[in-house]
Amino acid sequence: MLSRVAESMYWMARYVERAENVARIMDANYHMILDLPTGIGEQWEPLIVTTGDEELFKKHYSEFNEENVVKFLTFDTRNPNSILSCLQMARENARSVREWISSEMWLQINTFYLLVKGASRRGGYIELPHEFFVEVMMASHLFTGLSQNTMTHGDGWQFARLGRMLERADKTARIIDVKYFILLPSIEYIGTPFDHILWGSILRSASAFEMYRKRYGQVVPDQIIEFLTLDTEFPRAIHHCLIIAELSLRNISGTMRGRFTNRAEKALGRLLADIDYTTVEDIKAVGLHEFLDGLQTRLNHTGEVIYETFFSIPAATAATQEQTQL
Amino acid sequence: MRFQSYDTGGFYDEMFDSQLQPRPGVEAVVDRFNSLPLEELKYRQQSAEKALLQMGITFSVYGDEQGTERIFPFDIVPRIIPQNEWAEIEAGLKQRIKALNMFIDDLYHDQKILKDGIIPEELVLSASGYRPECVGLNPPGGIWCHITGTDLVRGGDGKFYVLEDNLRCPSGVSYVLENRVVMKRSFPRAFDAARVAPVVDYPNRLLKLLQFMARSTREKPVVAVWTPGVYNSAYFEHSFLAQQMGIELVEGSDLVVVDDRVMMRTTTGLKPVDVLYRRIDDDFIDPEVFRSDSMLGVPGLMRAYRAGRVALANAPGTGVADDKAVYAYVPEMIRYYLDQDAILNNVETYLCWRDKDLQHVLANLDKLVVKKVGESGGYGMLVGPHASEKERAEYGEQVKANPRNFIAQPTLALSRVPTLIDDHFEGRHVDLRPYVLYGEDIYVMPGGLTRVALKKGSLVVNSSQGGGSKDTWVVETGSVQEGGDQC
Repeated sequence: MLSRVAESMYWMARYVERAENVARIMDANYHMILDLPTGIGEQWEPLIVTTGDEELFKKHYSEFNEENVVKFLTFDTRNPNSILSCLQMARENARSVREWISSEMWLQINTFYLLVKGASRRGGYIELPHEFFVEVMMASHLFTGLSQNTMTHGDGWQFARLGRMLERADKTARIIDVKYFILLPSIEYIGTPFDHILWGSILRSASAFEMYRKRYGQVVPDQIIEFLTLDTEFPRAIHHCLIIAELSLRNISGTMRGRFTNRAEKALGRLLADIDYTTVEDIKAVGLHEFLDGLQTRLNHTGEVIYETFFSIPAATAATQEQTQL
Repeated sequence: MRFQSYDTGGFYDEMFDSQLQPRPGVEAVVDRFNSLPLEELKYRQQSAEKALLQMGITFSVYGDEQGTERIFPFDIVPRIIPQNEWAEIEAGLKQRIKALNMFIDDLYHDQKILKDGIIPEELVLSASGYRPECVGLNPPGGIWCHITGTDLVRGGDGKFYVLEDNLRCPSGVSYVLENRVVMKRSFPRAFDAARVAPVVDYPNRLLKLLQFMARSTREKPVVAVWTPGVYNSAYFEHSFLAQQMGIELVEGSDLVVVDDRVMMRTTTGLKPVDVLYRRIDDDFIDPEVFRSDSMLGVPGLMRAYRAGRVALANAPGTGVADDKAVYAYVPEMIRYYLDQDAILNNVETYLCWRDKDLQHVLANLDKLVVKKVGESGGYGMLVGPHASEKERAEYGEQVKANPRNFIAQPTLALSRVPTLIDDHFEGRHVDLRPYVLYGEDIYVMPGGLTRVALKKGSLVVNSSQGGGSKDTWVVETGSVQEGGDQC
């Protein structure tokens, strides 16, 4: 398939996933704030750190308060990672592959964009945040469900799933990293009921609270890290995302597990193999932050080699590449 | 309601004669529309429009920050052309496209027609669509213009006239195909009774034509539609045609020329392309040869084309025959190349380039439509009777300054078709754009795009100025032919 089409499919899915995650992080934060005792101060700065846009935020806003943060992350088109910006990008990518995706998907991505665009016209104030963010998350689920059920699971679909899974793995890693290092080490909370609330909010940021409960019961920090990082069955766990991403990559080239035919497969296969044999003790031995940091670096590297392998074909290699196809 | 109170307004009406009697071929449809309650008609009109929106048959509105997409308004009353009339149009179009192709091929080779003094040399060589870069090129089969969308109008005398030839990148065929889908759904019984000639195989014929053009020996030639991109107003059509033909839709950035071969960048490396159906103007296709600032083009494309490694539909250089001053000479071309009289007439045209004509035009600006020779789609023209004194005077100055750039035609009394307006039918002016494919043989799609000026009294059918469209039915008429019913 055309490189441009593959790239658009990949980014279309990535941007929808990104919009959904931003909505989820904000929704979880609203819940947490309502449960914190008054006088502790609202935690809005960590949200900006999670998305990695601290510098950009400081350029346009002076204070990390609710109004500014919610506006920046939801409607501000100067922020390329705001929900609205992500949906604009997702929609433009979808438009350029309109003949590849199903008409249902096209309709849904339009509806999704118009939902957030419509809300942005009300001055950036959200009357019922929970209702709005749930609507955003559900619109994303509907889009993903439509991709699953109305589009042929060919190369284009695989590129979309690859993009979605890499984005999700990255966002889950950020949620754990930021929450753990910025929110939690307020020593005075450790062992208090608020400790429990804060850990619960990490799980909720990844829609993982109930599934974690079923699996482990008690809220225990090590087990939360294990669940969100190493679980193979929970759909937002990093390990699970990498398994599916690697599967899509191999489906595209038809390569067996454990082998590779290009640099993208090598990078992602190696990363997955490492995670396959990692335990929570290994993570603690390296240090959680160091582990997550290394993981994100490798995810970024994987994204780069995917770009070089599939999306950007230099003209100079033309002759040799065509010969290998004969 | 219905047609009892319908008023043809002194114009040629496509459905009724001046005595309000249905014309041959339209009886079944008139009966059907008469038998349906008003509410039902309005309901079907609405559901037809809703279906078009859901199918995504939209065009984007430029400068709309909201990203709104609108449908091209659609009217449920079909425009009906009886088979016997159509046969003449079809013959006329075939004759015309054959002569035009011979003209273009001659022009880029021996220029016999210029040497024999049939068409003034300076007039042709000064046309903005003339490409000296194309001299000596030999497109496959000697065919330059493979896909044409000729604009026809019917005048007050009931005759069809050619208004524009559109030999570059005519658009609109996707509306014809989708309008038909919607009409079949909305009026299955009227449709069935009228015995309408099918248009559904157009994409298939187009694909066959494109494959026929391939110069490679590959068993399955690689064919692609080339679009300027998602921001082009006809992007929906490009995407639709690629989808219907099951071929790739490419942009300039997807293509690269290596060793005089056009390749597309795929996830498994570069793959050769044999034929491009390009929906992008000559000016922008290759910055090495044409406009060097083109961001849409593919450097080296013309090298590959000259080397015979890729085929282009349409060939570069066809725009010369779209020049409105050259258009005036098409009847002479038909006589010169085919030794025949033109079956379809031109609209009477004054070439401001000729002194006598210029004087006449300047003296009659209030009665004429004056057009720039290189423009199409209703741009840059003066509709004399509807313009103010000041507008006419200013336009007259432009004409005097550069007479070569202008032609003038009488204001035409375009024919009308009943159109559902609120809760009754009113006549609205229409034109007709049939599509012609020229490959192994010449195929004329039966019918084509009927555009309708929805504003009362308006003669402008363009979508940007209140135009809409209708389904066009070519129907069998009269008694069953010898040898039994062909259906």
